[in-house]
Amino acid sequence: MTTLLPEAPPDGDPPLVQDRPRVVSPGFTTGDQVFRRGTTVIGVLVLVITGAIGLFLGYQSIPTLQRYGLGFFTENQWRPENDVIGISSTLLGTLQVALLALAMAFPLALGTALFITEYAPGRLRSGLVSLIDLMAAIPSIVWGLWGFFLIQPHAKNIARWLTEYAGWVPFFHVDTDPTAALWAQTRFTSSVFIASFPVAMMILPMACAVMRGVFAQAPAGEREAALALGGTQWGAIRTVVIPFGQGGIIGGTMLALGRALGETIAVVLIISPDFDLKVRPLEVGTETVSALIAGRFGEATSAQLSALLTAGFVLFLITLVVNTVAAIFVGRSRSGSATDL
Amino acid sequence: MTVLSERPVRAPAEPTPPAREPRRDVRSRSVDEQLSVPGAAVSAFALVWVAFTYVLPWSGKVGFAFCWLLAFLVILTALTALTSPRPVVVNRLMSALVSAAALVVGLALASAVVYTLVRSAGSLRHLGFFTSDMSGVRPTDPLTRGGVLHAMVGSIIEIAIAVTITVPLGIGTAVFMSEVGGRLAKVVRTVVEAMTALPSIVAGLFIYTVLIIALGFNRSGFAAAMAISVMILPIIARGSDIALRIVPNGLREASLALGSSQWQTVWRVVLPTARPGLTTAVILGIARGVGETSPVLLTSGASTFLGFNPLTGAMNSLPLYVFSAVRSGQTLYIARGFGAASVLLLLVLVLFVIMRRLARQQATR
Amino acid sequence: MTSTLDDVFGEAAVAEVPRGGSDLEALDVSAWFGSAKVLDRVSLRMEPATVTALIGPSGCGKSTFLRILNRMHETNPVAALAGEVLLDGDDIYSPTLRITSVRQRIGMVFQKPNPFPTLSIEDNVTAGLKLTGRRVSRSEKADLVEECLRRGGLWNEVKDRLGDLGGALSGGQQQRLCIARSLAVRPDVLLMDEPCSALDPTSTRRIEETIHELRDQVTIVIVTHNMQQAARVSQRCAFFLAEQGTPGVIVEAGDTAQVFGSPVDPRTSDYVNGRFG
Repeated sequence: MTTLLPEAPPDGDPPLVQDRPRVVSPGFTTGDQVFRRGTTVIGVLVLVITGAIGLFLGYQSIPTLQRYGLGFFTENQWRPENDVIGISSTLLGTLQVALLALAMAFPLALGTALFITEYAPGRLRSGLVSLIDLMAAIPSIVWGLWGFFLIQPHAKNIARWLTEYAGWVPFFHVDTDPTAALWAQTRFTSSVFIASFPVAMMILPMACAVMRGVFAQAPAGEREAALALGGTQWGAIRTVVIPFGQGGIIGGTMLALGRALGETIAVVLIISPDFDLKVRPLEVGTETVSALIAGRFGEATSAQLSALLTAGFVLFLITLVVNTVAAIFVGRSRSGSATDL
Repeated sequence: MTVLSERPVRAPAEPTPPAREPRRDVRSRSVDEQLSVPGAAVSAFALVWVAFTYVLPWSGKVGFAFCWLLAFLVILTALTALTSPRPVVVNRLMSALVSAAALVVGLALASAVVYTLVRSAGSLRHLGFFTSDMSGVRPTDPLTRGGVLHAMVGSIIEIAIAVTITVPLGIGTAVFMSEVGGRLAKVVRTVVEAMTALPSIVAGLFIYTVLIIALGFNRSGFAAAMAISVMILPIIARGSDIALRIVPNGLREASLALGSSQWQTVWRVVLPTARPGLTTAVILGIARGVGETSPVLLTSGASTFLGFNPLTGAMNSLPLYVFSAVRSGQTLYIARGFGAASVLLLLVLVLFVIMRRLARQQATR
Repeated sequence: MTSTLDDVFGEAAVAEVPRGGSDLEALDVSAWFGSAKVLDRVSLRMEPATVTALIGPSGCGKSTFLRILNRMHETNPVAALAGEVLLDGDDIYSPTLRITSVRQRIGMVFQKPNPFPTLSIEDNVTAGLKLTGRRVSRSEKADLVEECLRRGGLWNEVKDRLGDLGGALSGGQQQRLCIARSLAVRPDVLLMDEPCSALDPTSTRRIEETIHELRDQVTIVIVTHNMQQAARVSQRCAFFLAEQGTPGVIVEAGDTAQVFGSPVDPRTSDYVNGRFG
């Protein structure tokens, strides 16, 4: 039996049978609705909690800015007894420690990542990856002990040597005579330079893991092309692996920077607080935001507590920006979304 | 001209003629290459030794090691340049540099672990270290007295409380983000990822301000557990989210196609499949929570006696114990601090091994 | 071989275009992957100014044999081989020859085009020079790029956009870019591993024309699945076969016309007449 299509109506009239999309109900059972409502509640709860933390920190900056004004960011001394409070030197110290640590960690992380993916024999590879992950799990206080008890005695000699030969450059200058027979050892301890060592070790595994992840995905076809043209192993790395992994290199480095900015305990164990606005990493004395909070929270009045919270909020914002930039770089690279940060 | 293969056409069943076919050696290096690395190392050593002893006014092991490395690289480059074209020389140099970097990292890691263990030999030797606390023990008392029992118990209690709070919240949020989805879930995901940037000291300061100052609580194990929770909640939530997103969508669809509801799919299919990844995320959070000093520094107060009630007052934990001990300046107390640091290291190592075991389980599925 | 000091104190010259290429001969070449033998005592002579095609069904070791010819086989950690490969009489596996020089003299074009995507078209062409450490002045570079792109059959299409990225070209253009890139290092032999299998018919035709034009300048060895292509481009032909469970061997080799027209071995006849494969 043939079925005839309904006749088309004359032009201008609406069609006889409308074909609107049907509303399909998702068909959730009661159990499903409970499940969905329940997880939504949890999600919202976590959103509220974490959001509230961020908002609270931001909110605390209001009384601080009201009381100290924008001078909070330009004042370098922290003398609560005179009600003179500012974080300019603290921020500068945080930046110095983080950047110097990054300068130490970056070549080591890059070299280790290349070693693991390109040079290590196959059987060792997973063992080395585990070792790097283990390094990331070592508590920061252990690195702090390492820095203070093992590294500082030797590193201060390196600092003295650097001052002796390069002290005419302000960056390397220390206010003492490095060539004296009994040189002032205490002028070279508890400095940005020494604090950078444990921080560098802490951030290195993070950067290395991200870089290693992208290097491992470098396209084998292009690598073969480089070798087939007569290139050496390094030629293939330089032409294929590193350009491919650019996003991961930058992203991993920025992620490490974010972590370095917030590192507290290793810095607290090593540095001696000093609020002078100076860029002399070899010299004794500096202060970072996290060390400031750790050191001053106990005796802080409510105004100073607000100030500490504001400083913490500023640190949080800086770290947030750095992490976001890192994620963009990794996401935009050719290795893209396959890498988890 | 036709070139036929010299062997006659043969049926597969016939045995192949027993030919001796020596495999070509393609991997070994020439004598020249084999000797140039150790040769450069030895000659660099000798050169730097002479320089340090007779010529330069420098001294010190670290300086020596650094100069040796530098001299080694220069000599190796020069040696290779005598016989090889430029790309090969560059290749050699970069291989040496990359290997040196890996070596330095390995040495740093080994030195940190070994140094901590060596310096704690004095305190770890006494069994009482693990079974007693510091009540009534002066910092200058000999190592036979005093221990870290209260710190170990404190760490365990604090992390247990933190885990009880953060694991359901974290995994629940992850389930919400990946299974329910929607615009709200995107907002939650953005905020949670943003909060992973929160420095741990700021988390501690937050709890200090809210619980201890504003609400008047005492510094206690509970407050410390709260600070730890604030720190690890985003980590666990984000790790769980990643673990759930890796579960192939095909599994969910298969379960739905069989007629199960969404929560049954999640409970019976998705969560079990993601179990190793979820456990990894939780253990990572635990390792961070146990090892970080900053959150507990501000919130828990360093007690010296063993206590089990987190609400009543100060509670010590392993990282805090180490921190107080090494800042004291007393030799014996510092030795105890190192002992506690070794215990902490061991704890983290055990957690790490468990995590690798579970991760390997996932890989073999 | 020159050393770095020779480069510094001597002359850095880019050799002239070789006439006809070199003589490449494989003698009793066997290959293993781990303990599995995949080629059994294959011998073949590939003559200058000739295109030699390696044909046969898939999985019989043609690509493996090709990769042995430029020492790419050993990039696989479980790979092993026996026998000799003589380039103008010198065994390329001899320890006295540097592997990078061997690969520079015996170039390869791969099945999937693999230009370097972060480099421009002209930098792609000269990438091989950078990799082998040969310097060219800016004027020499421009001439070299034009010459290689012409020989690769790509010049007219890209001459106005040499600065564009190599990855921005179509598949057929990318493959021709890879050919140009291989030619820039002045190889004596060019190996091509199914260069057209991933391409559309027009690009395939263009590349076959390029192969024809290159024939007088380099020895060409091409692996191809496509018998008609083999018949079109090659003068000599070798038929590979790996019967079930046995390693691959060359069943028959000779002039293309004869292998296709009047093959001696019945298995060859079956293959070229499409009865299997």
